[in-house]
Amino acid sequence: MRIIVLCIMLLVAPTACLSLAAERELKVGFIYVSPVGDAGWSHAHEQARQAIEALDGVSTSYVEAVAEGPDSERVIQTMARKRFDLIFATSFGYMDSMLKVARQFPNTVFMHCSGFKTAANMGNYFGRIYQPRYLSGMVAGAMSKTGVLGYVAAFPIPEVIRGINAFTLGARSVNPQATVRVVWTKTWYDPAKEKEAAKSLLDVGADVIAQHQDSPGPQEAAQERGVYSIGYNTDMSRFAPKAHLTAPVWNWTPYYRQVVEQVQKGTWKPSSDWPGLAEGVVDLAPFGPMVPPAVRERVQAKRAEIVAGRERIFTGPIADQAGTVRIPAGAVAADQELLGMNWFVQGVVGTTE
Amino acid sequence: MLRVVRRPASPGWRGALVVSGSALLALAGSLLLLGVQGVSPLAGLKVLVLGAFGSAWAIEDCLLKAIPLFLCSLGVAVAFRLQIWNIGAEGQFALGAIGATWVALSLPGLPKVVLLPLMITAACLAGGLWGLIPAILRQRLGASEIIVTLMGNYIAILLLEFLVYGVWKDPSGFPMTPAFADAALLGTIGSTSVNWGLVHCLVLGAAVWVLFRFSRFGYELRACGDNVRAARYAGLPYDRLALLVMVLGGALAGWAGCIEASASLGRLQPSIMAGYGYTAIVVAWLARLSPLYIGLSAFLLAALRVGVEHLQLDLQVPAAFGSIIEGLILLTVLAGSFFLTYRLVPARRP
Repeated sequence: MRIIVLCIMLLVAPTACLSLAAERELKVGFIYVSPVGDAGWSHAHEQARQAIEALDGVSTSYVEAVAEGPDSERVIQTMARKRFDLIFATSFGYMDSMLKVARQFPNTVFMHCSGFKTAANMGNYFGRIYQPRYLSGMVAGAMSKTGVLGYVAAFPIPEVIRGINAFTLGARSVNPQATVRVVWTKTWYDPAKEKEAAKSLLDVGADVIAQHQDSPGPQEAAQERGVYSIGYNTDMSRFAPKAHLTAPVWNWTPYYRQVVEQVQKGTWKPSSDWPGLAEGVVDLAPFGPMVPPAVRERVQAKRAEIVAGRERIFTGPIADQAGTVRIPAGAVAADQELLGMNWFVQGVVGTTE
Repeated sequence: MLRVVRRPASPGWRGALVVSGSALLALAGSLLLLGVQGVSPLAGLKVLVLGAFGSAWAIEDCLLKAIPLFLCSLGVAVAFRLQIWNIGAEGQFALGAIGATWVALSLPGLPKVVLLPLMITAACLAGGLWGLIPAILRQRLGASEIIVTLMGNYIAILLLEFLVYGVWKDPSGFPMTPAFADAALLGTIGSTSVNWGLVHCLVLGAAVWVLFRFSRFGYELRACGDNVRAARYAGLPYDRLALLVMVLGGALAGWAGCIEASASLGRLQPSIMAGYGYTAIVVAWLARLSPLYIGLSAFLLAALRVGVEHLQLDLQVPAAFGSIIEGLILLTVLAGSFFLTYRLVPARRP
């Protein structure tokens, strides 16, 4: 009797395995630099992950709060060893680690966010968040009474500098005398530190606080002082309902869905993707109740121009803080220029150090 | 009722028993906490153990993470033995990395066999200097070494950022130095992913152990650590020892910084600071300042971190969980140590 059962099992097992293999799901892994509850950068990626988890034939997992450096290399390696087919690393500092691991696992697809290196099985991607930043700058410039805008910024890297520049250009398009004061916190996520930095800006007369940070700390500081604020990453209005004007936000779902489909169909190729408003990867959060209809209309009109490709934001003549013209009249800054941007436009008070 | 009575004898093997027992208790408690979250404690334990020890590359990962931790802990322990509370391992680690980077970037053309020892020497000198400054301030001005070393950490990290954002910045514009030349990279042992830093650790650990056990220096350390006044009356050179242990501690932490910059990252960037200096204090304390136990504690703590990553990946446990376990372990060991020095005796009725 036992032998018969054993034989049946031996016959059934391989076929079961075969059917399992045919149904093998695409394993997609995500690595976040901060906790998913940060209501910011990682939270936006996590929302997209949950959306693609719902897709057929896809299973996902994630590791949060992974420090950049050797830790991230280990985590990416672990995912690759656990037969993940597609791995998204969502912070600039993961770049070299991911490249190192990509060389060891040629059959896995690696996608790095906000970097610039690629390999045969590694691509990078980012979003043209500077487009809604420009729009948010317009709102800030219109709503500010003092014309002094405060910006709590993380690290002096091109991505952040570009955002500050776009914000300033937007603010100055509405109020040519507006200035943007920048404070560096040297961290992506530290609610207490970010709040203190915002307070220091409020102390020098800023009456709209914007941020390139992953927590709502600066929003809370603005609300406490009774001034306005611009959020980032996600709609932060629930943290500061009286202060929050709007925010440049991410919507990674359409892009992630596209990459997952490409990998599933086998049509994925390494590239440096930089989608924007037109593709729906970045957007402006809904306006707060305090924004008057005139401002809303002006911003919406500009938004439509950007989506149509008529407004390129970094169109010359644009001068730096010293007055030197960096983008000549009539020229549009190329992507490479934008990706390596390390100078501030006129109107920014602060250094890129 | 119970009375508290001081134990006459020294802990000995009891120490290890209390520490491991407390740690296991903390681990069990944390796993039960997982149960409250909806994750099966047994599944959690399995993922934790298998993730940390279940395969060759898992062990390699633990060793890789333990290497800088071990060296920093060794440095901290050397100073703690003299009851000089060196909280500055983090800053000394940073200075070591800076020293090694300076050599690597200035002299890239040298062959590996010359360049690497030079980098290590520079790292030890830089780290040793960072340990010497608080020691001198303590001696001459009576400044608390706890405060000075702690503040020194912040200064060191800011110095690292200043260099990486400034003179040493990579042409790409991102806050990191250019990649080191191949000659400046500490290689891996054979086909494993573990770098030669492991051998450095074993050699240095053994050297420090011999130093503690069999040398005059070790004897003087023990005497001065137990009772400063008596040692001074006996003519032991306490002041010189104080400076020496801080330099040695700084040099060891600096060596760890060199290994991290050279082997793990291949360049200098702010994310080299992974909190090893602060965790080293926990490890040194848990290991009761003995090099052998430091090795064990460093490995186990590294294994815990690696295992927790697997918990995150397989069971979607939040990242904060790892910190919870570590904190619980320290608390229970602290509480358990009470029983090393005291015991409870039924009070006699008069």
